[in-house]
Amino acid sequence: MKSDNYIRLELPSRSSNEAVARGVVAAFAAQLDPTLEELGDIKTAVSEAVTNCIVHAYPDRIGIIVLQCQIVQDTLEIVVRDRGRGIENLEQARRPLFTTGGAERSGMGFTIMESFMTELRVQSQPGKGTTVRMKKRIFSRRVYQ
Amino acid sequence: MRYTSYVQDQHLTIALAGEIDHHAAREVMRAVADKIDAYLPSLCCLDFREVTFMDSSGIAVVLNAIRRMRELGGNLEIKNVPAQPMRVLKTAGIEKLMELGSEAK
Ligand SMILES: Nc1ncnc2c1ncn2[C@@H]1O[C@H](COP(=O)(O)OP(=O)(O)OP(=O)(O)O)[C@@H](O)[C@H]1O
Ligand SMILES: [Mg+2]
Repeated sequence: MKSDNYIRLELPSRSSNEAVARGVVAAFAAQLDPTLEELGDIKTAVSEAVTNCIVHAYPDRIGIIVLQCQIVQDTLEIVVRDRGRGIENLEQARRPLFTTGGAERSGMGFTIMESFMTELRVQSQPGKGTTVRMKKRIFSRRVYQ
Repeated sequence: MRYTSYVQDQHLTIALAGEIDHHAAREVMRAVADKIDAYLPSLCCLDFREVTFMDSSGIAVVLNAIRRMRELGGNLEIKNVPAQPMRVLKTAGIEKLMELGSEAK
């Protein structure tokens, strides 16, 4: 499908980049004129995906996170990719409350991405990395004005 | 991430401000734990009025605070939660563990 506009950005997996990533995506998404709630959902989902790269994909080194966004008609598509540790059992990982992160994590990241976005797809290969694809359809307010 | 706290009649209130993500969570978690352990309150209230963003890292902050207060035989309360953190807390089912208070306007 033809993309109307896109961004592609590389970030080192430093925790200070969590705010950078969601800020950039929010600024890009503004073109679709989302409501405050839709914008909050997008920022939260991006924060979850990027934090997972920082915490789980690269637990003891700084790796590269690739963040891509594109707009296709009324839909924002987001891809977050790492080349880190990967996930052995995806079905288990996506279950609410499942975590390998101990008391500092709650195991709700994938559940939040899934319920806040229109679509969530996760691909992973142990030792190779993980790709998270999310879509959010924005029901433009302009139409009704 | 900033916070202020005060104690009155065994009730500890910690007002959190700013963004609670993984980058900020460790400091917040330590601050909340330190305040609880310093004052041993019967009720700890987390005031979310000034929280501008929260992701799942904030859920762990709340769950750890609930756990610590229960160990002390006390309770945790959350109040003045803006819409975005409220959606995150509700997705995590926190309202089943405690009173969430009303949404901040
Ligand atoms: N990019 C990733 N690379 C490697 N493992 C991952 C990645 N993302 C998620 N995981 C694995 O999937 C589990 C579940 O992820 P999820 O985001 O749902 O919860 P969490 O990160 O453990 O906790 P929370 O997001 O609530 O802080 C993680 O504990 C981790 O084992
Ligand atoms: Mg997570």
